[in-house]
Amino acid sequence: MTVTEQTPVTATRPMVRAQDVVKRYGPIEVLKGIDLSVAPGEVSCLLGPSGSGKSTFLRCINHLERIDGGQLSVDGELVGYRRHGEKLYELKAREVARRRRDIGMVFQRFNLFPHLTALGNVIEAPIRVLGTPRDKARAEALRLLDRVGLAEKAGNYPGQLSGGQQQRVAIARALAMHPKLMLFDEPTSALDPELVGEVLDVMKGLAADGMTMIVVTHEMGFAREVADSVAFLDGGVVVEAGPPDEVLGNPRHDRTRAFLDKVL
Amino acid sequence: MTTDTDTVRVVPVRHYGRWATALLVVGLAALFLRALFDSPNLEPGTIREYLFKDYVLDGVVTTLWLTLLAMVLGTVGGVLLAVMRLSANPVLRGVSWAFIWVFRGTPLLVQIIFFGFLGALFPRLTLTVPFTGTILFDKPTSVVVTGTVAAVLALSLNEMAYAAEVIRGGILAVDDGQTEAAAALGMSPALTLRRVVLPQAMRVIIPPMGNETITMLKSTALVSIIAGRDLMTAVQTVYQNNYKVIPLLFVAAIWYLALVSLLSAGQWLIERRFGRGFARGGVR
Ligand SMILES: Nc1ncnc2c1ncn2[C@@H]1O[C@H](COP(=O)(O)OP(=O)(O)O)[C@@H](O)[C@H]1O
Ligand SMILES: [Mg+2]
Repeated sequence: MTVTEQTPVTATRPMVRAQDVVKRYGPIEVLKGIDLSVAPGEVSCLLGPSGSGKSTFLRCINHLERIDGGQLSVDGELVGYRRHGEKLYELKAREVARRRRDIGMVFQRFNLFPHLTALGNVIEAPIRVLGTPRDKARAEALRLLDRVGLAEKAGNYPGQLSGGQQQRVAIARALAMHPKLMLFDEPTSALDPELVGEVLDVMKGLAADGMTMIVVTHEMGFAREVADSVAFLDGGVVVEAGPPDEVLGNPRHDRTRAFLDKVL
Repeated sequence: MTTDTDTVRVVPVRHYGRWATALLVVGLAALFLRALFDSPNLEPGTIREYLFKDYVLDGVVTTLWLTLLAMVLGTVGGVLLAVMRLSANPVLRGVSWAFIWVFRGTPLLVQIIFFGFLGALFPRLTLTVPFTGTILFDKPTSVVVTGTVAAVLALSLNEMAYAAEVIRGGILAVDDGQTEAAAALGMSPALTLRRVVLPQAMRVIIPPMGNETITMLKSTALVSIIAGRDLMTAVQTVYQNNYKVIPLLFVAAIWYLALVSLLSAGQWLIERRFGRGFARGGVR
């Protein structure tokens, strides 16, 4: 296990800090002590074979899963708990929801709301959760849809959009909450090859704007070009982590090397 | 190889069997209608006479609002029961399960008669402030639970049990990814249910709930047993006096058919509305 402390971005507290994070499903230990640190503004790519726990770890970060051991904090706050003196108090559903506002998540299968238009998808949470006035939410949503290149698709339902367009709407939907951290779980894995580029381009733009991002991906080109750090997971632990040219170019571990031989 | 389409004659498949069965069915239907109109007891004049009588129309109105009220109460209660059954709280789950078990497990007719004779079980309805003995409300049951109230109670409680299962099925049919996406956006469970899950569940819920409404409209006829003042009660009262059973049953049947047709049209409109955004849903 390697604790990553390599980020040159800032010396401030990490945006995400995982220490010995454990997650079990019944008797099966899926995460066996994950250590990872992501600085503000950093783009971190998670690689690893299927079933290594990448999605599970990502879901733990915004408390879609509860961790069974270790510590996990986002922007200095423990995920799922409130510290008061010496005690940890588990957060109520409403408080958990409040913290999730600040963390955007993009899913492999988009998970857009099919009964709402692209615009409806983007304005839903700002209006209902943040209480943004409809006009303001609309204006901002149209700006975001324009940013992902879909201004003219605002009135379309998800079922009328291609996979790549749907995923870009999903990114706009997450951005509408002004997140300080974006989580991507294999955002291009469900796409036809010719649609992968348009989604990666949007993500590159986000990275260039300084968004903190954790990206589970099999797109080695993206990892090499955009990531500040890369972590290789296998069997529920971080086997190797570091700058992309080290981990991808000169892996120290056999498991990393074996994996890279397969995907490259 | 060349084909000259001008000279080639296309012979469509000839459906002789189809023609034969159609003829047979039309023939049988004609025979039946003839027998019907030849019967001296159909009395079209009597049907016409009673079709728009004021007490028949009153019965129609009662049947309609009884249906609508039972469906509204049944649906609201059904959502509540469905959410309880899906809740993490075992007590709520158990209560909901028991309610559904009782009301689906006994005949509606039995429930209607039971509520009609509630006074035999609880002669007085009394509400007191706990520990003080102050009486807020105290009346004989038969005064409070009239035939109409008993009818509404029985129909809506029964409907709740069925609606709960339909709604639960609809909620379960919504992809988990939807709840997850809503949660990731910081939406609370209640908001997620209202804005994300139920609107999508609607698509699955509405066709069976349309059928529930149509069934309910016809089930209201059962409340005639406790003098529920509905269409069937009105018609029964008439034929118990003049013995023109068949014409008056036709009066009732004509009205039920008309109302069901109206409900079916409404169902079609609502289904179209909730199909938005779905490939097979009509308007896109
Ligand atoms: N809800 C669950 N219940 C039981 N096991 C699960 C559940 N979700 C994931 N797992 C298991 O956890 C392991 C890690 O899964 P996942 O995090 O999805 O891996 P990855 O995203 O790296 O492919 C897998 O073996 C998977 O079968
Ligand atoms: Mg995964």
